[in-house]
Amino acid sequence: MFEQFLFAVEVALNGFMAGVMYSLVALGFVLIFKASGIFNYAQGVMALFAALTLVGLMDGQVPFAHLINAVLGTEAHHFGWHLPAVLAILFTMAIMVAFAWAVNELILKHLVNQEPIILFMATIGLAYFLEGFGDLMWGADIKKLDVGLPQGINGWIDETTFNAFGYGFFIDNLDIVATVIAAVLVTVLVLFSQYTKQGRALRAVADDHQAALSVGISLNSIWVLVWSIAGFVALVAGVMWGAKSGVQFSLSLIALKALPVLMLGGFTSIPGAIVGGLIIGVGEKLFEFLAGPALGGATENWFAFVLALVFLVFRPQGLFGEKIIERV
Amino acid sequence: MLDDKTGEYAAEDGTEAVVPLMEMRNIVLRFGGVVAIRDISFDIREGEIRAIIGPNGAGKSSLLNVISGFYHPQEGVVIFRGRERAPMKPYQVARQGIARTFQNIALFHGMTVLDNVMTGRLTRMKSSMAAQALWIGSAEREEIENRGKVEEIIDFLNIQHIRKVPVGRLPYGLKKRVELARALAAEPELLLLDEPMAGMNVEEKEDMSRFILDVNDEFGTTIALIEHDMGVVMDLSDRVVVMDYGRKIGDGTPDEVRNNQDVIDAYLGVGHD
Amino acid sequence: MIYREAGDFKTNYREDGRTFPIRFDRWAYFATLAVAFLVVPFVINDYWANAVLLPFLIYAIATLGLNILTGYCGQVSLGTGGFMAVGAYACYKLMTGFPDVNIVFHVILAGGITAAVGVLFGLPSLRIKGFYLAVATLAAQFFLVWLFNRVGWFYNYSASGQINAPTRTVFGVEVTGPTTSAWATYLFCLVFVVICAWLARNMTRGSLGRKWMAIRDMDIAAEIIGVNPLGAKLTAFAVSSFFVGISGALFFAVYLGAVEVGEVFGIQKSFLVLFMIIIGGLGSILGSFAGAAFLVLLPVFLKNVLTGTLGWPTDLAAHIEFMIVGALICAFLIFEPHGLAQLWRLTKEKLRTWPFPY
Repeated sequence: MFEQFLFAVEVALNGFMAGVMYSLVALGFVLIFKASGIFNYAQGVMALFAALTLVGLMDGQVPFAHLINAVLGTEAHHFGWHLPAVLAILFTMAIMVAFAWAVNELILKHLVNQEPIILFMATIGLAYFLEGFGDLMWGADIKKLDVGLPQGINGWIDETTFNAFGYGFFIDNLDIVATVIAAVLVTVLVLFSQYTKQGRALRAVADDHQAALSVGISLNSIWVLVWSIAGFVALVAGVMWGAKSGVQFSLSLIALKALPVLMLGGFTSIPGAIVGGLIIGVGEKLFEFLAGPALGGATENWFAFVLALVFLVFRPQGLFGEKIIERV
Repeated sequence: MLDDKTGEYAAEDGTEAVVPLMEMRNIVLRFGGVVAIRDISFDIREGEIRAIIGPNGAGKSSLLNVISGFYHPQEGVVIFRGRERAPMKPYQVARQGIARTFQNIALFHGMTVLDNVMTGRLTRMKSSMAAQALWIGSAEREEIENRGKVEEIIDFLNIQHIRKVPVGRLPYGLKKRVELARALAAEPELLLLDEPMAGMNVEEKEDMSRFILDVNDEFGTTIALIEHDMGVVMDLSDRVVVMDYGRKIGDGTPDEVRNNQDVIDAYLGVGHD
Repeated sequence: MIYREAGDFKTNYREDGRTFPIRFDRWAYFATLAVAFLVVPFVINDYWANAVLLPFLIYAIATLGLNILTGYCGQVSLGTGGFMAVGAYACYKLMTGFPDVNIVFHVILAGGITAAVGVLFGLPSLRIKGFYLAVATLAAQFFLVWLFNRVGWFYNYSASGQINAPTRTVFGVEVTGPTTSAWATYLFCLVFVVICAWLARNMTRGSLGRKWMAIRDMDIAAEIIGVNPLGAKLTAFAVSSFFVGISGALFFAVYLGAVEVGEVFGIQKSFLVLFMIIIGGLGSILGSFAGAAFLVLLPVFLKNVLTGTLGWPTDLAAHIEFMIVGALICAFLIFEPHGLAQLWRLTKEKLRTWPFPY
């Protein structure tokens, strides 16, 4: 019985770590939603794209190699160099900023004052485009991403718990690193939005577009900024997920899990995104552990969504969201 | 007045017992700690035009929203046709024969004028889903009958020429008129108008006033309206309720209200604008 | 010059409410039907049936369904794939459980079962709105696919986890199974499409359709004129799911013949059908057909041009297709949110007065 309990604790802990990953993706959603009221479905694909770009740069892949080869009949694939991780991350970040600028210029500018649901559908279109674009640019094969993060079982925890309970907990070093990075990221973001000029402008825009415009804040530059930050968060999430399970298409599907996280946490709340992510992470792992075998397994596919659905019916604004008051 | 002990309507001064169409009694409406309506009682008699006036934030719209079922007062009762009304949803209120317009036009922007006005007939269209799916018998017959009624109202309000125009393309004044048409299409017993003339120029106001009087005359519809234009209110209405800070500070004929000291204070600005 | 409404007077409301108020449109409509029923079956071959016509017809039913829910009633659903799966598996269970009953009834019943499931997942729509609801429908998508994947009863415990359509006939002609002929499957689907389109048109022209559109345009105003929001939304979910279920049943039984649920009815399917109604036109019956045709033809076209003519690898064509579809969605939302149907309407407006616009 105690053994079972320990198992459950280990499962919960691992779920906690997975939850941190969900929170990371969810953070990107919240940032964009708060600043522009846009529910950016493409956040997951952005993470995938960032990770693809990072790998591509590090390995010195020729972008659009496939296309070039098909058109010109050449056989280009690699430049033959290897970029250090830090440099590649910087370049990737630059590309994400360019991407943010392009999205704003080509799509968002033209959809100002549209209904949220139209914007939502536009980001689904964007997600499709980016998915095709990413694959076209870097190829669709599964890639290994190694930026030098520690990986594998954490020996110290294993030993300590073994000595204490007679059962060693399996916890991946990468998950611990991810948790630390997520914590740092959240702190930085909060500090940024509280104590910098841009941060204040960002909050002003989030509160009221019109009012922000009238005090001289440029919506355009704020949106580019927000999408750039979201791109940065996507990059971090992409690196973590990519290091964990390889860079491949399913990464953008995992990112879909951020949606129920948001529904739990509320779309406008950064703490909500984090707590929501943890609840989903722990909840789905525990549910699979306890009920999965009886139900046929793989309940992680839907548990988060169904939990969010049930939860929303009783509390439509989420855990931390502001209460929606309907005005007549 | 409704007698508390007997539950019957009794004449106050022994002349004749008038059963009001609608009566509000001691209505209190709070949003959290904010009191929007404090203990308001008033009635609307059959066939009259009843105005509700007061400065911004006095609680006029909240009062209308209580009548149409959007808000549920914490205290007090709403009596409709001599019967106490249980808390009900807006669509149930509509089905009782109460129609309304909104301060900020609430039309269906994706639909044509004709379709918008036809929606006013929805409470009267009863054909089953199956009949509609097959478009046989009752569905088509009902559509044509109601179309006839709607065309009468379109004629009445003089909007024939824009019948098939999507509402989104119309100018403000016409939208207001279409909204009135939609409310009228329901052939309501009580029509609530929330600032029917807000944002209109003098000419449009005159038109709208004419329509309101005509509706009252020709269809005998009881009307309760909120309006800021004092001139319009005094000309149109039979009786006026004056509100300030959620309280009722005056009630009576336009002349009575005009001479009421509290009302003059509220409007001429004792203590606030 | 032929396209005129002058001299085409309507003398009663019945004529005014017709589906095709302009005489020329009516002719065009009957001509299309005549060609579809009397000409195409004689010239159809397997390639055209399988690559273009069958998917077009079947997706058209799904788009009609989703358009009722999203285009007319304003409730965005990302669960279409899941509901198609319900139709497919319901049809499979009925086909194998009651082999003596005609397949036509199986398909219709499958639609009915899907409608019930749709209503169940539509219940939260009273409290959840907009993209919150869209995300909530993802729950239906993932849960249903998982269910059909994991619970053996649904696929009759077959070793592969697949479902296979047994051979069934209508009037002695095979319409499902491995040995069908192209014209039979085509006609079978065509009949369903025509009936579904007719039903959809009828339901959207009267009071039911106005209830839906009222909810879509402004739910608060809809309530004030006496529309019960839950009732309106649930009927939309029911009707929509009914169509989507039929489409799923046909997709499995007639078109594919064998289905592995995760592959065929995954979330990509939900998006595909959503894209069809965005490109075709939200809130338009014609648009449902236009969108389905467009997104069925686009990959065929790209494949023919890029891989057929230019000789590029197929995965490249697939990536480019993703990009084009995504870009098109954004473009349509920006420039013409009412899709191809609106473009067609505008063209007609111009045609009506051409060549003398004033």
